[in-house]
Amino acid sequence: MILDLNITSSCLIKKDSVYLNGKKLFSYLDTASTNFLLSAYRFFEMNYPKFYKMDNLCKLGWLASEILLKESFVKDKYVPEEIGVVLLNKNSSLNTDLKFYQTINEIPSPSLFVYTLPNIVIGEICIRNNFKGETAFFIFKKFNSEFIQQYVNNLFNNNILQACICGWVEFMDDDYKAVLLLIEKDKSSISKPFTIFNINKMYH
Amino acid sequence: MDNLLLELKKQIIAQLNLQDIKPEDISDDLPLFAEGLGLDSIDALELIVLLQQYYKIKLTNADDGPKVFRTVKTMAEYIENHQTDK
Repeated sequence: MILDLNITSSCLIKKDSVYLNGKKLFSYLDTASTNFLLSAYRFFEMNYPKFYKMDNLCKLGWLASEILLKESFVKDKYVPEEIGVVLLNKNSSLNTDLKFYQTINEIPSPSLFVYTLPNIVIGEICIRNNFKGETAFFIFKKFNSEFIQQYVNNLFNNNILQACICGWVEFMDDDYKAVLLLIEKDKSSISKPFTIFNINKMYH
Repeated sequence: MDNLLLELKKQIIAQLNLQDIKPEDISDDLPLFAEGLGLDSIDALELIVLLQQYYKIKLTNADDGPKVFRTVKTMAEYIENHQTDK
């Protein structure tokens, strides 16, 4: 049986702005992406000292997940093993890989090394929320709504997940974008059907 | 010694990205790990790098780590002793 899944929350972070369910919550004009992420962290009054140590890909994904889940997600409806995370991007962890490469000739930085994999951002989100379900990180040349929809649908149809955070988290140089969707079976007053059309609408 | 302690605190904050912490928040005897500053195993590696990078001191015996990196004061003492040796 094919389930009717719903997008119960969406968070978009793109150049200088943060949106939750289509509503702009924060805007900050600064040419440096790191300053923007730090300003957003402070604006939303988050308190998670490990944030400062994360690389920019993790900061971006972690921040988006915090905003995505902060209003409507009822974690207690699920056991940790039923909540998963599926992410995509274009440049993997290349932004940090290059920074780490620059340290190799002198003393390789341990704190950079630990972020030289794209799926570390999933780990940061799962550690924060105690999610223990299926996770995966895929690299695509561009945003691929068809793949997201099909892959996440399969996880639900095979009874592997009951809730899933999915989407795109990309950070390269000063170019960044995160689009995270919360997928659940239950509808809510603001939810939208988990269709390719709606996924694309939230990305753009 | 006082100058070295202050310098070390600034370097620890910078190296470990402890952006909400100021040097005066780290007392000389505050444990750096666990219940104190809450550093983790990756931070321990960064402290080894810090010693090497700024003070040209290599921690040759891994067993010394817990003693050397217990507090800022123990780090400063270790630096003073090993710089005198040179």
